[in-house]
Amino acid sequence: MTPPAAPQSSNEILVVDDVLVRFDTPDGSVTAVDHVSFGVRPGEFLSVIGPSGCGKSTLFNVIGGLLGHTAGVVSVAGETINGPHQSIGMVFQEESTFPWRSVTDNVAFPLELIGMPKAQRIERARHFISLVGLDGFENRYPNELSGGMRQRVSLARTLASEPKILLMDEPFAALDEQTRLLLGDKVLQIQQQLKQTTLLITHNITEAVQMSDRILVMTYRPGKVKRIVDIDLPRPRTSEIVGSEAFGRYVAQIWADLREEASRGMRDEEDHMMQPAGSKS
Amino acid sequence: MSMTATTPARRFSLANVLPALTGIGTLVAFFLIVELLIQTNMLSRFIVPPPSEIIASFPRVIVEEHVLQRFVQTLGECLTAGVMLIIVGVSGGVLMQRFRLLQQACETWVAALASAPLVLCYPLFLVIFGRNAWTIIMMGFVAGLPPVILKTLEGISGTRKVLVNVGRSFNLTSSQQFWKILFPAALPTIFVGIRLGLIFALINIVGVEFLINFGGLGQLINELAERYDLAGTYAAICFVVLVSVMFFMAVEKAEKWLTRAE
Repeated sequence: MTPPAAPQSSNEILVVDDVLVRFDTPDGSVTAVDHVSFGVRPGEFLSVIGPSGCGKSTLFNVIGGLLGHTAGVVSVAGETINGPHQSIGMVFQEESTFPWRSVTDNVAFPLELIGMPKAQRIERARHFISLVGLDGFENRYPNELSGGMRQRVSLARTLASEPKILLMDEPFAALDEQTRLLLGDKVLQIQQQLKQTTLLITHNITEAVQMSDRILVMTYRPGKVKRIVDIDLPRPRTSEIVGSEAFGRYVAQIWADLREEASRGMRDEEDHMMQPAGSKS
Repeated sequence: MSMTATTPARRFSLANVLPALTGIGTLVAFFLIVELLIQTNMLSRFIVPPPSEIIASFPRVIVEEHVLQRFVQTLGECLTAGVMLIIVGVSGGVLMQRFRLLQQACETWVAALASAPLVLCYPLFLVIFGRNAWTIIMMGFVAGLPPVILKTLEGISGTRKVLVNVGRSFNLTSSQQFWKILFPAALPTIFVGIRLGLIFALINIVGVEFLINFGGLGQLINELAERYDLAGTYAAICFVVLVSVMFFMAVEKAEKWLTRAE
């Protein structure tokens, strides 16, 4: 394990440096992300894990450029970003396929935006559809697919934009455990195949250990970097690794860190509920 | 993890046609019951004519009363009002969603307008447009406008935030965001508004034709009722229903074509 630091080495494609996010509420200022710093190397799979309410999704939105930050710098390949950036592709937690577009048209969406000719973009879209294992479903619409298949369509759509960094916010949160594990395999396989730099936001320890090269553990509110854990498990990995002893040790280590934070979160929520109505923040 | 899809071939089955058969059967049963009640003097034929008489009056109404010409006239008025409703109503809803001030200023009274008995304003429209088709079209248009505006506003405002965020993550311009995400996402709700608007427009168009004794089927119903030709009156009402059915079938086709997947 390594202590939190402000990595600024030149071989990092994504650098989050001393980022602070503060929201003004009627009850005063609330710090959601508190001076968070870390870096992601090209081709690396980094997961950010933390208890509910620790600011993971806020961090996701800041890195993706959907939300402004109060202080600090987010940069991609040395370029500071202050809004959505073409180098970053986002996969969201909620189901985000376009219901009025077929699978092919969903995946071809980013290619359509750059003005790629129709025949070419359909061919490219089919390549990514095949990559996520949805051959044969090209002409189906999202309402004809399962939740896991829709998430794969979202993933293929994001991959079709060929981002330098794939940013995913709990993409499997709404899925059952088996589908989650199998989709984890698929994502890992794609990540290895494309050497895709990936940043996964999750609260699922198993998912994080199964896929990551490193795991960044966040504290409960305000969200700070508590620890960065190197996952030294052999690659290529599949979901079979969840049964190994080493895997169990990592899960136990991270749970020990998270347990304290999750307990704090739970106590905080209980205190909040105990407050008389009208005085809740 | 790779899967392949198989599309089941569409086959004729009783289950597919059962709803339509049940609907037609219910209608036929209703007419038979009415016929029976009239023939057994339980219902006065001076209030409701027997369905058999209504059916028998169709050739007379078609030939002598030029019903097809009137039918085309009413249909034309409905189509004109419908096109205006879609253009002005959808644009109005979009503008209200884009400009918060406009929404805050107008939403309440547009909603209030939806429940106002606008048909009573026909003398005002007669003064403005004269005793011609435009009075009828404008009455239909104004009466159908509120639901189209309100549902367009609701549809666009109700677009799931994650879809908007997908658009933002792909760096869409505001025009792309509207045409590629907000508008298609809102289409099913907009169509609900258009259907409601067309219902209001059709009711008002036939109502005003009846009231000012001008134009198509409404005027015919007025004339036949004044002659106390009950069978003819009801036959003319059947043509109004036919206009309505044709209109809604066309809207349904358009909706299915535009929102194929939903």
